[in-house]
Amino acid sequence: MSRQALDAFAAGIESEVLEAIEIGARSGVDKRLATLTEDYADADALRRLAGQVRQHTLDHLDEYLASAEERLTSHGAQVHFAASPDRALEMILDIVRASGTRVITKSKSMASEELDLTRRLTEEGFEPVETDLGEFVVQLDGDRPSHIVKPIIHKNRRDVARSFERCGLGDYDDDPETITRRARAYMRDKFLDARVTMTGANFISAESGRVAVVTNEGNARFGLAAADVHIVLAGIDKVIPRDRDLALLLSLLIRSATGQRITSYVELVAGPRLADRPSGPREMHVIFLDANRSSVVGSDMAPILRCIRCGACMNACPVYRLSSGHAYRGVYPGPMGAVLGPLLAGNEGFAAVADLARASTFCGACRDVCPVDIPIPDLLARLRARSVREGVILARAGVPSMAGYLLLARHPRLWRLAMGLGRVLDWLPLRRLPLASIRAWFDSRTLPRWRGAQFRKDVKRGRREQEDG
Amino acid sequence: MADDRESVFASLRASLGRLERRTPYPDYPADAATPPARRGTGPGLFRQRLEAGNTIVIEGADALAGLLRDRGVRTGYCDPDLVPLLATALGPEFELRAGFDRNRADDYEFGITRASAGIVETGTLVLKDQHTSDRLGAVAPWIHVACLEGGRLHETLAQAFDDLGDDPNVVLVSGHSQTADVEGIMIHGVHGPGEQVCLLLESEKETETGP
Repeated sequence: MSRQALDAFAAGIESEVLEAIEIGARSGVDKRLATLTEDYADADALRRLAGQVRQHTLDHLDEYLASAEERLTSHGAQVHFAASPDRALEMILDIVRASGTRVITKSKSMASEELDLTRRLTEEGFEPVETDLGEFVVQLDGDRPSHIVKPIIHKNRRDVARSFERCGLGDYDDDPETITRRARAYMRDKFLDARVTMTGANFISAESGRVAVVTNEGNARFGLAAADVHIVLAGIDKVIPRDRDLALLLSLLIRSATGQRITSYVELVAGPRLADRPSGPREMHVIFLDANRSSVVGSDMAPILRCIRCGACMNACPVYRLSSGHAYRGVYPGPMGAVLGPLLAGNEGFAAVADLARASTFCGACRDVCPVDIPIPDLLARLRARSVREGVILARAGVPSMAGYLLLARHPRLWRLAMGLGRVLDWLPLRRLPLASIRAWFDSRTLPRWRGAQFRKDVKRGRREQEDG
Repeated sequence: MADDRESVFASLRASLGRLERRTPYPDYPADAATPPARRGTGPGLFRQRLEAGNTIVIEGADALAGLLRDRGVRTGYCDPDLVPLLATALGPEFELRAGFDRNRADDYEFGITRASAGIVETGTLVLKDQHTSDRLGAVAPWIHVACLEGGRLHETLAQAFDDLGDDPNVVLVSGHSQTADVEGIMIHGVHGPGEQVCLLLESEKETETGP
């Protein structure tokens, strides 16, 4: 293969899709920056603080997870642990079968994407309904979300209107308000029919067991009013130490995700409804999904588990903007997905997605916007090193050999000679070399004019001047 | 299932056993993320923040009658405890139903329930299960009226989180339901109420403090 899989995918994207992604991502960057700048003199200090809270949690995850389990159980919730996505699916199927429901309403949950849950519930004869508008469109189209906060960032209103028309939700009308009203009318019946509702969790407090879920649409809220059974599916990394941490983490999550100070709704669920209340789930299940997270904790890759799924890193990433979330071939796109995807794939699946770590220019924009201070470029570099150590062929595709560099770097005299002769590169037709990897490299890059050896000269001159006083 | 629990915890402990040093919990004030400009309390500031966040604020039953009349709605759900107070004040023009029949959900043009508190920092209404007579009555109708008795205000989000108690379901409501999923264009009223109203009852005089 002469080029990276991500580059090959990006080359085939229509300009209309790229434009939609660019507009969506840029507005995310602008809104986030405007709110953080207006609200905080030193937002970086808050990011570091939040990062420390999250890292502390991960470093004590066994204790906090046990505490969350104990608190939830004491409130009447049933807690389950799933070592793998398949085991989580089995547990969900057991619960929905026991409920006697056919319709299941579902709020946005990235963990559920790891299970490919909507498709698999459908195969089992259930009618799962994605109730977030963007996720609903994804479901209608048999598509996949391409952004973790804006699932249809790659679609415009005309695409959505065509999907609604095709699925019998009214004649073609691309007015966003009409689209929204039609979704409201359709979903209302589903909410009232469904005996089971599913949500993810933005955070779960180890202190109280409280599950925090943020939405703007109110879909989680409606589900939690209408259904009898509530299933929470969350990664084990969603736990936080105390309720007081919610103020810090929600403030940063929401500002980083949508540029708001707070979303329309923050659900804080600690257990089944009060016995004397007429509506709300009588039964609550919390499924903690591991799926290789426990093996990442304690390693030098653990900081990626601090991630609070705000999507700011993908909005800021030049590679994401030019390739789309689908180019990452997995559940999690963008810089955080390029790290998390290969890790969640485990040792067996690593080679198939190890190339994602190449999906970076190392510009550092992802690190600069991360609300929990994850050093994403460092983590990507570690994954690249691992792919080289393990000889992953896919990750080497389109990457010129470094053998020449290695030879020069080990022999100072050869290095000096090469630097001296480097000007020849300005005159060589490198683009025409019959090497696929060289050609792939030049597809998207221009070599600057040669300036080699200048650094050494400057250092020597500096030393001489120092010696001469 | 027990096997899964055991294997998850065993894997976690094995991984954490590799750590030479564990990151300590940072010592920080709970309101560290409250922006300096969002500090301050009092009904006036709260009202200002509510309105800035797309919540309509009204005071007294007469104002409620005016709003409902203006919207052309007549029938709605009402917390049974509030019916005696509001039915008299609103008059026979409006039908207040003390129960929410989920089979006739579209009949309810508005829902009136109680709010437990407010958060000044974010212009938020706190709906706790113990004070919400029917979750469906609060979320299904196009207009939700949350009745808040004066004085129950938290200055910051952090203070509100400190006061969650053991309520099984607390909803922080900051404005109406909305989405920007289609081309980033903001549309209100997706699944939850398209209009969020805060009815202030018997506002107490409080000392106003600015940011």
